[in-house]
Amino acid sequence: MPSISRGEVEHLARLARLAVTEDEVDRFAAQLDQIVQAVAQVGQVADQDIPPTSHAVPLTNVFRRDDVRPGLSQQQAVAAAPAAEDGRFRVPRILGEEA
Amino acid sequence: MTTTVALMDYADVIARFDPVLGLEVHVELSTNTKMFCGCPTVFGGEPNTQVCPTCLGLPGSLPVVNEIAVESAIRIGLALNCEIAEWCRFARKNYFYPDMPKNFQTSQYDEPIAFDGWLDVTLDDGEVVRVQVERAHMEEDTGKSLHVGGATGRIHGADYSLLDYNRAGVPLIEIVTKPITGTGERAPEVARAYVATLRDLLKALDVSDVRMDQGSLRCDANVSLMEKDAPEFGTRTETKNVNSLRSVERAVRYEMTRQAALLADGGSILQETRHFEEASGTTRGGRRKETSEDYRYFPEPDLVPIAPSRDWVERLRTTLPEMPAARRKRIQEEWSLTDLELRDLVNAGAVDLVAATVDAGASAAEARSWWVSYLSQQANNRSVELGELPITAGQVARVIALVADGSLTNKLAREVVDGVLAGEGEPDEVVDRRGLKVVSDDSALYAAVDEALAAQPDVAEKIRDGKVAAAGAIVGAVMKATKGQADAKRVRELILERCGG
Ligand SMILES: [Zn+2]
Repeated sequence: MPSISRGEVEHLARLARLAVTEDEVDRFAAQLDQIVQAVAQVGQVADQDIPPTSHAVPLTNVFRRDDVRPGLSQQQAVAAAPAAEDGRFRVPRILGEEA
Repeated sequence: MTTTVALMDYADVIARFDPVLGLEVHVELSTNTKMFCGCPTVFGGEPNTQVCPTCLGLPGSLPVVNEIAVESAIRIGLALNCEIAEWCRFARKNYFYPDMPKNFQTSQYDEPIAFDGWLDVTLDDGEVVRVQVERAHMEEDTGKSLHVGGATGRIHGADYSLLDYNRAGVPLIEIVTKPITGTGERAPEVARAYVATLRDLLKALDVSDVRMDQGSLRCDANVSLMEKDAPEFGTRTETKNVNSLRSVERAVRYEMTRQAALLADGGSILQETRHFEEASGTTRGGRRKETSEDYRYFPEPDLVPIAPSRDWVERLRTTLPEMPAARRKRIQEEWSLTDLELRDLVNAGAVDLVAATVDAGASAAEARSWWVSYLSQQANNRSVELGELPITAGQVARVIALVADGSLTNKLAREVVDGVLAGEGEPDEVVDRRGLKVVSDDSALYAAVDEALAAQPDVAEKIRDGKVAAAGAIVGAVMKATKGQADAKRVRELILERCGG
């Protein structure tokens, strides 16, 4: 029973702004399905009393003092950018969206 | 391009619908450094000069949490009567927009550091509304985009955006209310008063400079309407870009009238983000709101959980200042104010200014009178907030002292204040430069008194006959001759003395 539909693959592709072909939708749906099923096996061994783990190391409260540290210059910051203008990163505008 | 939007008359909206509000306030913390790296947070720097590999999301960089930002978050939570989480994590909020170079925002999802609180909000007429606070969580601010071309027509067909990441990573606390119901026609007022109260509280906590005009305090207003007796809430819109207290009130009111007209016409509300237009006081549709699932939140693997010990929380509780509401209550008692006087003081935004003036040595009554009447008038004339007037509490206290010791009359004092407001320097300098000191030198006054008596011999005669009330005319003449700079009380004494009284 496939748990990942074509629609879900298309939706995920849209969220990531990836252009996928019809063939790819089918192929990715099958692959994602396998991944999901593989991960689902964890549910067979993990019982109610085992909390989900997000961090492998049992550490909490790792903090930094609020002291300014030197960063990059403007020139360094944009040096690796594909495009820059007036010290800013230049990117294609995402039409119809505003933050 | 503009289409006419149908709006319902406000009274009709209230007769038919109940508004439901949800307010999300983002406050930028005034820490020295960003949330997860040591870059400075100063406002207004040259673009991309306050950045490092971490806040630029460069490969291999790792975030480390700013301890002061966590302390501020806990203090804000405590001030809002929240529970503080014993253990909580950061989460990645994934979305596709270039304002975060990492392609996600580090935030908190289902484990906010503070939750289940409340804030009492006092409306202008004294009514108190308790707003329930759902949560306050930690996150980071985004960069700033500058859109070029296209709609602005400057570069035809060359639509692109320019990004400055100085603000990306600045510590942000998002404070979210539970749905605010039952406020009826006062909903827009409640929204404004809530943000104002929260602003005062954050200011008292000294965790942010809470400048709405600079974006360090921002409010997103969720508004929906439900028909009277409807079993559930209606679809809501979220209005952003609400950059002043006045705009909060206007935006809520506008959305209520817009949604009501749509609903009454059989239409439905689109769940979307809307943009407030300051100039027209209207909102326009923006992007369709993504659902929570679309953000694909998951625990941030690069940051370990935060587990504030109860000791730490209680220690932070002891650092809380007197809250603005409690302070107002104390001030009311100390200065013996009626409810109305206190309300005028609060509405004029004068509490802190009067308190500072009293601290600088003035009496509470005089300080209050100056700020609430003359200075409020001046602020009004200039269309600025009282606190933005170019005069300090210390300067006002000095003027009050000069009146108290007889150096200035009230009329002269107002001129001195005008001088200070005009940038002519300290009160004493204005007195010297404008020559405003009260003439208290008796020999100069005797001359003026004698002259006035000689000019009106009939009046002088009456005074000599014991008709003391007639002295008023001579006092007036002397005041006129000295351009108001004489001490009227002393002038009167001298007149009576000269007339053998
Ligand atoms: Zn940085």
